[in-house]
Amino acid sequence: MEIDPFIFRLSIFVLSIFIGYYVVWSVTPSLHTPLMSVTNAISSVIIVGAIIAGLSGNIESIFNTSNIFGFLAIFLAAINIFGGFLVTQRMLQMYKKKKKNK
Amino acid sequence: MSANLLAIFYLISGILFVLALRGLSSPETSRRGNLFGILGMIIAITVTFLSIGNFSTGFIYVLIFLLVGATIGAFIAYKIPMTAMPELVAGFHSLVGLAAVFVAISAFLNPLAFNLGSPGDIKVSSLIEMSIGAAVGAITFSGSIIAFLKLRGIMSGSPITFKGQHYINLLLGISIIVLIFYLCRTQSDSIFWRIIEISFLLGLLLIIPIGGADMPVVISMLNSYSGWAAAGIGFTLENTALIITGALVGSSGAILSYIMCKGMNRSFVSVILGGFGTTNSSIDKNQNKKPVKSGNAEDAAFLMKNASSVIIVPGYGMAVAQAQHVVREMADNLKKNGVKVSYAVHPVAGRMPGHMNVLLAEANVPYDEVFEQENINNDFANTDVAFVIGANDVTNPVAKTDPKSPIYGMPILDVEKSKSVLFVKRSLSPGYAGIDNELFYRDNTLMLFADAKKMTEEIVKNLG
Repeated sequence: MEIDPFIFRLSIFVLSIFIGYYVVWSVTPSLHTPLMSVTNAISSVIIVGAIIAGLSGNIESIFNTSNIFGFLAIFLAAINIFGGFLVTQRMLQMYKKKKKNK
Repeated sequence: MSANLLAIFYLISGILFVLALRGLSSPETSRRGNLFGILGMIIAITVTFLSIGNFSTGFIYVLIFLLVGATIGAFIAYKIPMTAMPELVAGFHSLVGLAAVFVAISAFLNPLAFNLGSPGDIKVSSLIEMSIGAAVGAITFSGSIIAFLKLRGIMSGSPITFKGQHYINLLLGISIIVLIFYLCRTQSDSIFWRIIEISFLLGLLLIIPIGGADMPVVISMLNSYSGWAAAGIGFTLENTALIITGALVGSSGAILSYIMCKGMNRSFVSVILGGFGTTNSSIDKNQNKKPVKSGNAEDAAFLMKNASSVIIVPGYGMAVAQAQHVVREMADNLKKNGVKVSYAVHPVAGRMPGHMNVLLAEANVPYDEVFEQENINNDFANTDVAFVIGANDVTNPVAKTDPKSPIYGMPILDVEKSKSVLFVKRSLSPGYAGIDNELFYRDNTLMLFADAKKMTEEIVKNLG
């Protein structure tokens, strides 16, 4: 009997939920907003699916419906990736410690 | 590039995303964590391009859409004021949701490109995965749009409820499941479109009844949904990076929702069912007849200057008035006078998790002066002045004393235990929960009726 590859992916999925569970509990509450913006940015890795869809056309038909939806998804995900990571960076720059000499 | 090598690279970017979240355990490591995240994204995108290796046809368009999106994203990230962060996060969630829907549509229309079969003959497992991804994505999209409009103030923040709405939602939810079942049997386009339409509608209806101060839960919940949508698409595309990320984001949002619900002592279900505060509008009005001591900036400045310790309790009102900078100025002034100043942040203060912390950080308040509820609550008893600015329900002692109160059992900040309480507020109007704050009528409370920012500015002047 062979194991369906789906089961492997399901294992990855379940284990990742556990990793997420433990990692997120260790996030300090003061950084919960950056946590949301960075999870936003990384979930836009969905762009890889959009790129595949966008590049799937042939020379005669670059603009069939499937490709157009791919292009639009690339556009949306790109806003999210750049916006998400940069705004996170901007927020994190603001978190400073008390100056020692004070 | 071979499929195996590709999978290994996706695994690496998945691990880098874990490290990005791990970095957020402390502000020192967080910036490096963010760089890990960026690196993970670059790897994922680069190997995807290399794996296709088809740079002739659509490549230029892919690049154009990528660059336009990137420019807009970067522009927003640099321009957005920190006070607009809750609606920005909601807006970003909606984009992830819609992108998931679009990718699912592409995969449905052109399954060959994703190795899922041919149009009209898509693998059943893929159909289920992509329709779940599309449905959750669509709910995330329309729900986030409503959350965005409410947070932005374009739509009223008060809950909109109507009779039977939970049954309608339930019915819509069931019909999505039934339609997915039929989609697998018929492979019909029109059923696929119906699933997406109903999901959009369900997203709208789910968020409409939820009011402003419950937004921290809603935002975290939508964060979670965007993750599950990504994971659904990840299963369709058989992409490990997407599965790992989806699981991480999904559980992250779920944990945040849990923390927010606990901060309000409300069950997740009751938040989602919405309509909080509307049923309790008939509060006994005779409480309002009690005497209230009100003061001015001079009194407040005098009290704080002669105190040895002050705890500042910020809330949503501080964000609305954009008073965080002048609050910090006031704190600096007090510190010069030898007063010990710290900040107490309630988990649900503001409109999203960590909202107050970001604003205080923006105003250059060192993060080691800002404390979470459980770390500072015992200090109120030894504190001379609690300065409450823009917070209300989270300080209401009624949560501990009156089992009939809608906020009974909510963990509150024990400001009433400090020697005196300064309460900056526009009027005696009740907070979001629609209940009177008993604190207003206490002997040791001095009400400062004014706009949060103006009052604090006045106090700074009086501190000299």
